[in-house]
Amino acid sequence: MKYTAQDFKSNQEVRWCPGCGDHAVLASLQRALPEVSEALGYNKERYVFVSGIGCSSRLPYYMNTYGFHSIHGRATAISTGMKVANPNLTIWQATGDGDALAIGGNHFIHAIRRNIDINIVLFNNQIYGLTKGQYSPTSKLGMVTKTSPYGTVEHPFNPGSLVLGARGTFFARSLDSELKLNQEILLASAKHDGTSVTEMLVNCMIFNDGAHATLSDREHRADRTIVLRHGEPMIYGKNRDKGLILDGMKIKSVTIGENGITEKDLLVHDAHDPNIGIHSMLVDMKYPELPVALGVIRDVADKTYDDNVRDQVIDVQEHSPIHSMDELLRSGATWEVK
Amino acid sequence: MQHKVIDAQDVVIRFAGDSGDGMQLTGTLFADASALYGNEISTFPDYPAEIRAPQGTVSGVSGFQVHVGSVEVNTPGDLCDVLVAMNPAALKANAKWAKATATIIVDADAFDEKGLEKAGFKTDDPIRELQIEDRNIILAPITSLTKESLKDSGLDNKAIVRSKNMFTLGMCYFMFNRPMEYTFEYLERKFRKKPQLIETNKKVLKDGFNYASNIHAIANTYTIKPAQQEKGLYRNINGNQATAWGLLAAAEKSGRPLFCGSYPITPATAILEELAIHKELGAKTLQCEDEIAGICTSIGAAYAGAFAVTTTSGPGLSLKSEALGLAMITELPLVIVDVQRSGPSTGIPTKTEQTDLNQALYGRNGECPIMVMAAHSPSHCFDAAFYAGKFAMEHMMPVILLTEGFLGNGSEPWRIPSMKDYPAIVPPIITECEGAYKPYVRDEVRFARKWALPGTPGLEHRVGGLEKSPEGVISSDPLNHEMMVAARAEKVARAANFIPELKVIGEESGETLLVGWGGTFGHLYSAVKELQGAGKSVSLAHFDYINPLPKNTAEVFSKFKNILVCELNSGQFANYLRALHPQFEYKQCNKVQGQPFMVKDILDAVNEL
Repeated sequence: MKYTAQDFKSNQEVRWCPGCGDHAVLASLQRALPEVSEALGYNKERYVFVSGIGCSSRLPYYMNTYGFHSIHGRATAISTGMKVANPNLTIWQATGDGDALAIGGNHFIHAIRRNIDINIVLFNNQIYGLTKGQYSPTSKLGMVTKTSPYGTVEHPFNPGSLVLGARGTFFARSLDSELKLNQEILLASAKHDGTSVTEMLVNCMIFNDGAHATLSDREHRADRTIVLRHGEPMIYGKNRDKGLILDGMKIKSVTIGENGITEKDLLVHDAHDPNIGIHSMLVDMKYPELPVALGVIRDVADKTYDDNVRDQVIDVQEHSPIHSMDELLRSGATWEVK
Repeated sequence: MQHKVIDAQDVVIRFAGDSGDGMQLTGTLFADASALYGNEISTFPDYPAEIRAPQGTVSGVSGFQVHVGSVEVNTPGDLCDVLVAMNPAALKANAKWAKATATIIVDADAFDEKGLEKAGFKTDDPIRELQIEDRNIILAPITSLTKESLKDSGLDNKAIVRSKNMFTLGMCYFMFNRPMEYTFEYLERKFRKKPQLIETNKKVLKDGFNYASNIHAIANTYTIKPAQQEKGLYRNINGNQATAWGLLAAAEKSGRPLFCGSYPITPATAILEELAIHKELGAKTLQCEDEIAGICTSIGAAYAGAFAVTTTSGPGLSLKSEALGLAMITELPLVIVDVQRSGPSTGIPTKTEQTDLNQALYGRNGECPIMVMAAHSPSHCFDAAFYAGKFAMEHMMPVILLTEGFLGNGSEPWRIPSMKDYPAIVPPIITECEGAYKPYVRDEVRFARKWALPGTPGLEHRVGGLEKSPEGVISSDPLNHEMMVAARAEKVARAANFIPELKVIGEESGETLLVGWGGTFGHLYSAVKELQGAGKSVSLAHFDYINPLPKNTAEVFSKFKNILVCELNSGQFANYLRALHPQFEYKQCNKVQGQPFMVKDILDAVNEL
């Protein structure tokens, strides 16, 4: 069935602040889903959008699909149960940096560890927006907020490192405004069997405006970020003249044509490498030392939890002499009173 | 000594030893053999929280009491006729449970200086110190006899000493004329892959039996004839297993596959373990990262169309509170089993109580009434779990089923039912509708909403924790909120139209009505029978349904002069009744010791009225 973005828009009024980065992510999803549906042969009724609490967690109301807006931090657990109960559903989860990494941190890492086939879209604005401006687990060290009037004294999480630490099979990163890249990533996320985490760097106009401006700024974006694509050399820059090489144990930025560096010397992105070594370095790259990595950084095939559960049930059913409750009730040690 | 064979109607045996001595297994095997022999039984495991508490100390004593009868047996018994104590600490901790006429078997080898010191005895004469000289005490060198029995077995010393519980069991089989075949079969199953252990265990069991028959120190042996039971096929079942099976039965009847998200917690874990076995019936279990994920995965599964359950005990129910509110406001079917244990906080985790009633009734933010049911015996857990599933799915709401450690771990013979005798479960699943599907539109009978499963074309809709209009649109409209709060409460209240009326055991009017709920049934029933036998005007009304209450509750209460509410807490059900039916005066009989009632507790309370 052919869908358009319009088919995925619900009749609910979108209530995010004007200029909020969430609008762009919503649009990216609504544009990506027709493509996903066509590529994978999915009908609209198989999609469920699940969320927790926070600005981004309002997203299910704006999608004309099945949806579950749950409680703070628990979306990942709810998605997990949904997928295990019915593996034919395609689950998308909208969550924020507070929802997924603070109150829901435990469910987040365990879903990844189990490799449940769900698509997590992590809206990272580095702030608590819906409660009006307190620091989050991704707020930069020293950031001044309502609950850190003298600056935070705690280190932020890098969501990608957390995903890799839990042996995640898929991690991607993008910027809210990069609609085309977002669609490309969301399609890859849908195609990936297992837990996919896409970190969307989104801007909060009201409480953390410009948090990602260094990267999103049109003038400098190409020089400060690198879009990774599987099988392609790691080239970036406005003039496509910069690249990444491995210098000893570290990633280093070089200029093509300088010091005898040619395109052949550059690292070629292998998103499918099960080893997390290079992926760890890539997710950890920070501007200004290095460009920030965007795109699908890791996409590794592995058996999913929901498939394993289903296979185990089928296997036991094939070998068990018991097929009904009556048979179970009469199995084992029993005795007859005559 | 003159050997007597006593034809006993019922006998209570208590096995006690170090938590590593295998007393739970010994007691279970004795109980199973008795049940299979055709006796009525009731069991009560009474063990410490530590897996291996400091050896030889009183805190590490693990006990298992079994009541065996040729007549109706409703409780594990107050005091025991035979006490088996594998070490001084076990004797010290359990002597108080032995009747004045009891026989006490002790492992004499364990009563050395070190053993007595660890148990905290002040003298070298523990019998005198405990003032139990008048009991029939059998000092049997169980450890050395076990060593002797297995000296040529090739087992190492540790494995040999570990077999001493089988020697003890053999002695008890002699005392109570139990057939050994069932235990042999158990050993053959258990050690299928280690045939050597089948033979050694059988040998020790038989040697224990023969030793007991040879020593002549055992004055009395007992025969307990098979009980007059209703015809049919029977099995022995404990409450946790019965709960798991009842849930599986509800899944089968409803055609909705079972999903259980849960987190290990004493004493509820065995339900998750049991469900995990039964993949052959399509059950999916998920051992979660925490209690909250336990209920949340289940809520997700319920939305996806499964018969979703989550199992826990008191502290776990506290952790699930917020999500329980979500299940309630999204009006999804969900069964929450709380196997109550002694609280607050971690409390005494392996001991029984009925102290979670208030939590089950009220423990949530906002106006959040939830249906609450209770199981009243180990085997009744099957029916209770089945009906919890039926109410959850047909009325589209979460249902809390309260059981207790006493029920979960305790076992009794159960006449195996046939699934054709259970009613159908018909969840209100919707597959198509005219116009847009409105998730919170209700039917007029149950006030339940329809269940639209993701994957169904055309029924796309959103649910969530935010207040909604009946159409499923977020609404903070004041009157809509009040209407929705009332509608959700009305749905729970209407369940009263579907629950059985409260029954009275005994005369329907009279002097005193005992009122109970949950796992105290056996003790209350025994007490009422005894009092009635003594000519007293006492009846019993026992509640399986707590919220809502049976519709005839007030009518039943109105026929009695005294109402005595008996429960293992400080008066939670009594206070609930005071709130709902304030026209009556409620007297209380309470116990909060982590222990079940003794029948004597109830008798005393009635006699003191």
